[in-house]
Amino acid sequence: MSEQIHDVRLHVNGSVHEVRVPARRLLSDALRHDCGLTGTHVGCEHGVCGACTVLVDGAPMRSCLMLAVSAVDAEITTVEGLTEDDGTPQGRLSPVQQAFSDCHGLQCGFCTPGFLTTITAGLEENPDPTEDEAREMIAGNLCRCTGYQNIVKSVLRAAEINAEADAKSKADAGQERA
Amino acid sequence: MKPAPFAYLRPSTLEEALAALAGEQGAKVLAGGQSLVPLLSMRLAAPSMLIDINALPDLGHVTCDEAGVRVGALARHAHVLASTEAAAAQPLVAMALANVAHPTIRNRGTTVGSIVHADAAAEMPMVLRLLEGSVDVASVRGRRTIPAAELFAGPLESTLAHDEIAVEAFFPALAPRAGVAFQEISRRHGDYALVGVAALVELEGDEVVRARLGYLSVSDVPVVVDVSGSLADPAGAALAELEPVDDIHATADYRAHLVRVLTPRVLAAATDHARQRMNA
Repeated sequence: MSEQIHDVRLHVNGSVHEVRVPARRLLSDALRHDCGLTGTHVGCEHGVCGACTVLVDGAPMRSCLMLAVSAVDAEITTVEGLTEDDGTPQGRLSPVQQAFSDCHGLQCGFCTPGFLTTITAGLEENPDPTEDEAREMIAGNLCRCTGYQNIVKSVLRAAEINAEADAKSKADAGQERA
Repeated sequence: MKPAPFAYLRPSTLEEALAALAGEQGAKVLAGGQSLVPLLSMRLAAPSMLIDINALPDLGHVTCDEAGVRVGALARHAHVLASTEAAAAQPLVAMALANVAHPTIRNRGTTVGSIVHADAAAEMPMVLRLLEGSVDVASVRGRRTIPAAELFAGPLESTLAHDEIAVEAFFPALAPRAGVAFQEISRRHGDYALVGVAALVELEGDEVVRARLGYLSVSDVPVVVDVSGSLADPAGAALAELEPVDDIHATADYRAHLVRVLTPRVLAAATDHARQRMNA
């Protein structure tokens, strides 16, 4: 018996990807192999390390613990989708990405995509975390460079960048009214 | 690809799902998949078919009334944990859920799925058992309610028949003069607990008249012990009924030690909780 292939329409980073996959294709593999979005990394492939974390309808989930066929109704955001459009081909780094760059939060960079998606959603929920809350936010993601200090700093820096942007947009709006 | 091949069905009605399940001996039900997908990827499970219930309507509810909290088969842990009504009706549900894996897993995993997965190291099967809750299951043969005391047959084994899907779990509300508490010891927060303990106590005046304790990860099924008659040495009474197991994470002796440490702590916390509720 040959394996059945499913036509699956995935919504990723605002684009539609029509892929043909067997039911056992994990979402992480579909994103990488079928959509060509290799920013999502796979580490442990059984839900422990967090490197493959993507946003599913805005909430962080493990893409290695989902089947691509089961993701049809969802809007998926990968690390590639975090970058903001500024008219240039490469786009502008999101606040969390910028913070990782500022604080050397990437280190080797392997686990970074999962951290970026997790923290992006985490700051939506808690825009001004304490250091303890920042550690709690990233507790489900492993970094084998053994250094979480810079990642925690990056969380706090990203919150700062968001707050600065908020203050600036409020000031701009105030100026327009004046 | 890591999992072995399987046929896949994504039904849009419960009837369709139940008919498919009844017709395929090797079929498994997929809800959140946070336990099932790792088993597939490690090829510890190789079902012939997965029946994905994520497109079924009306199973995502968390509803509360005087009787207790009803959780639908597609309610994610995160959704149940966020319900202030559920936390008010039965505080132990939220206390335990905060210890279920990490937020990212809780965003996808379902509470009902975790219960019928029947892992003795998981929080929610033990909580359901301690609270004397139940699970409603459906099949082509009809529906029935399984009391939690009859739900867990062995490690990763529930008493659901092959053709049954769990559609709802029911956690009874906390009585007015009662209190609850939950604590677990794990190597890292969010990891499987080496030992977890929950307590449910009832007061009359200021006296504890009924005390029951639930244990996870000590034996190969969740165990509940009534210590109402042995409040002088509740941990001793519990250990008389528990059979701590050795595994790669902890020795049986260490588990017994944790039972002795956690039992009085959790019992005291539940008693405080009951007193606070009476004085509130």
